[in-house]
Amino acid sequence: MALSPARARKRRRLGVVIIAAAILGIAVALVLFALRDTVVFFFGPSEVISRLDDPKLRLQERRFRMGGLVEEGSVRRLEDGKTTEFRITDGPGAFSVRYTGLLPDLFREGQGVVAEGRLDDKGRFIADEVLAKHDENYMPKEVADALKKTGHWQGESEAKP
Amino acid sequence: MTAEIGHLALALALALAILGALLPQLGAARRDPALIAAAVPLTIGQFVLVLISFLALTWAYVVSDFSLAVVASNSHTEKPMLYKLSGVWGNHEGSLLLWALILTFFAALVALLGRNLPARFRARVLAVESMIAVGFLLFLLLTSNPFERLSPPAVEGMGLNPLLQDPGLAFHPPFLYLGYVGFSVAFAFAIAALQEGRVDAAWARWVRPWTLVAWVFLTIGIALGSWWAYYELGWGGFWFWDPVENASFMPWLVGTALLHSAIVVEKRDAMKSWTVLLAIIAFSFSLLGTFLVRSGVLTSVHAFATDPARGVFILGFLALVVGGSLTLYALRAETLTPGGLFEPISREGALVLNNVVLATAAATVLLGTLYPLLLDVFTGAKGTVGPPYFHAVFIPLMTPLFVALGVAPFLNWKRADLKSVLSRLWIAAVVALIAIAVAAYLTWGGPVLALLGVAVGAWMIGAVVTDLMSRLRQGGRWMRLPRAQWGMSAAHIGVGILVLGITGATAWNRESLEVMRIGDSLTIGPYTVRLENVTPTAGANYTAVRGVMVVSDKDRPVMTLYPESRTYATPPMTTTEAAIRPTAVGDIYAVIGEESKGGWAVRLYLKPLQYWIWIGAGLMALGGALSLSDRRYRIGAPARRKGAAHAA
Repeated sequence: MALSPARARKRRRLGVVIIAAAILGIAVALVLFALRDTVVFFFGPSEVISRLDDPKLRLQERRFRMGGLVEEGSVRRLEDGKTTEFRITDGPGAFSVRYTGLLPDLFREGQGVVAEGRLDDKGRFIADEVLAKHDENYMPKEVADALKKTGHWQGESEAKP
Repeated sequence: MTAEIGHLALALALALAILGALLPQLGAARRDPALIAAAVPLTIGQFVLVLISFLALTWAYVVSDFSLAVVASNSHTEKPMLYKLSGVWGNHEGSLLLWALILTFFAALVALLGRNLPARFRARVLAVESMIAVGFLLFLLLTSNPFERLSPPAVEGMGLNPLLQDPGLAFHPPFLYLGYVGFSVAFAFAIAALQEGRVDAAWARWVRPWTLVAWVFLTIGIALGSWWAYYELGWGGFWFWDPVENASFMPWLVGTALLHSAIVVEKRDAMKSWTVLLAIIAFSFSLLGTFLVRSGVLTSVHAFATDPARGVFILGFLALVVGGSLTLYALRAETLTPGGLFEPISREGALVLNNVVLATAAATVLLGTLYPLLLDVFTGAKGTVGPPYFHAVFIPLMTPLFVALGVAPFLNWKRADLKSVLSRLWIAAVVALIAIAVAAYLTWGGPVLALLGVAVGAWMIGAVVTDLMSRLRQGGRWMRLPRAQWGMSAAHIGVGILVLGITGATAWNRESLEVMRIGDSLTIGPYTVRLENVTPTAGANYTAVRGVMVVSDKDRPVMTLYPESRTYATPPMTTTEAAIRPTAVGDIYAVIGEESKGGWAVRLYLKPLQYWIWIGAGLMALGGALSLSDRRYRIGAPARRKGAAHAA
């Protein structure tokens, strides 16, 4: 140990700082890389319709979420018994969704719903995940915001005293 | 009448908390022994009053007093007693009261067990605890009073959300809160240490058991929540990287880092100011977690209580606590003199790596959780960050940590010879290689990344067992080994088992969805599942459809599954009750859905190694508890033991 304690401490501290900076740098790179591709955007049906051809958004190529109310009378089960087709509406716009699987317990006509998936080449929205909330008088936040945007908000979540 | 007593007790507790936050600090500054001594009775008084208040609310639930708004909107006369009781904290107001109860309970424990602390230091710790209590009691009384009366009283309650009527969830919030609030003790110690300008081995010996208590409870709380999501939501998943889950995971990550850095402070008198910072951050994340869950600023699959107005209060409180404590840290951290030296390759070096990785991981979770919020604020776009982000970040971050976990126990303090350590780890390396070979053979064609998980998990278990064996050989008899050693080994083996379980359940998961008529069969993995019958059934407050499914392994029936689809009356709601049974391979998980085209929609999963996740998490908590029971770290144990040569 030729180094004096003070210099050794400085050297040690430098080493720790370099290692920490390296790990942090790698983490930041990972995060930025991961965020670029993994953010799933949310749209209301009317927004989806109006932005279908938006070249910047490229809706056809990405996964996204669509939310609104399940349109009354639109729920239909297909022949295979496990695929459901329904329309999500936010007032002015409605968009057809196809989902294969068990629907969540609180999925009902007229209730708020969020579907996540992609558009297929025929322009249909194929959902692989459908979320309805656990609470019977709860409205997903994005859905509420989307409905407020189109002026179809009825203030359902204020039901509780 | 009991409700008024509860309300009054809460208000009195607030008065004591305000005095408890001010007087001891004043006394500590003026070195006035009378004011310093006031801290203890003021703290214990707060606990007694909040306890009275909590019992009053519990009583209202037990007798179904529907003149109270919270009871009317969350309970029902026909609910089983267990859920009447868990209903006390199954809503916003009650859960905050539980928060306050646990907070004052921990503070009272510090007051009672802390007799060997310097009196001034203890007074400052208790004052900080009282300050936090002021925040929460004010919040309760101003925005979320659980004793608010309904006029006229309701005739019948609206019932508790059926998804919450579950033993796993009945105990999930209390454990989670014991964890969250437990970090308040480490936080209070950190603030007091900054005020006094002193952090030493005795300080660390005090902070470690409290952190460990909080960590054990938080681990159990998170595991219970995950278990509940797994069997109750019927999606077959156990972790969704949902904001609410992240909210509990962030303090856990920082708490785990704190647990390890406090060891360095105690043994080597180094990393002091970093440890103080971690203690502040761990509790800040606990508060942030409460804020995220209680305010509903982020969309979450299970935000049960959402109210932005209340969020503003917690946000202000959060800003005050975090901003205040970090300012104090910035002003005072310089006074903590740096201690022991060490080389990068050493036990301390490994613990630094542990801390850097865990802190970075917590930061990435924070970013992923808040990103949708930032996106909304700055671009107006709505979006979510899901599992792909967290997987992309977590796998590369955690892999080196897990590899180092195997090596670290072999390293000496100050400086270690990596070559000789690695030469002792060849068995673990062989174990990892064999595990890769076996996994590759069994799951040929499966995801390659899974093999990495298997290798890392097997490596950790192999290395920890090697370390334990060599210590036993040196130490002679089993009982000679300190309990803390057993605790560390158990927790680290738990991490290995957990990693194997997560790998198996996510990478090799099989699922199948079919419409089954009675008599139909379905094959999943090595098993054949036959729908024998579907019968109506009923429980205390629900009616249900129950499927009867026989699972066969090569024509030999091995078990029968009874998944249910339940319909509750109050509140009107359908829930799926998955049937889950462990087999040699993993869990078989069956869900029955609605009737369709003359059959029933049935979803089956085969989740290899799923239950290893619960075993791993259980071992981690057990390891923490074992360490806690070690004489050296027992709460209140004499601080200094000269010449306590410890193993390593």
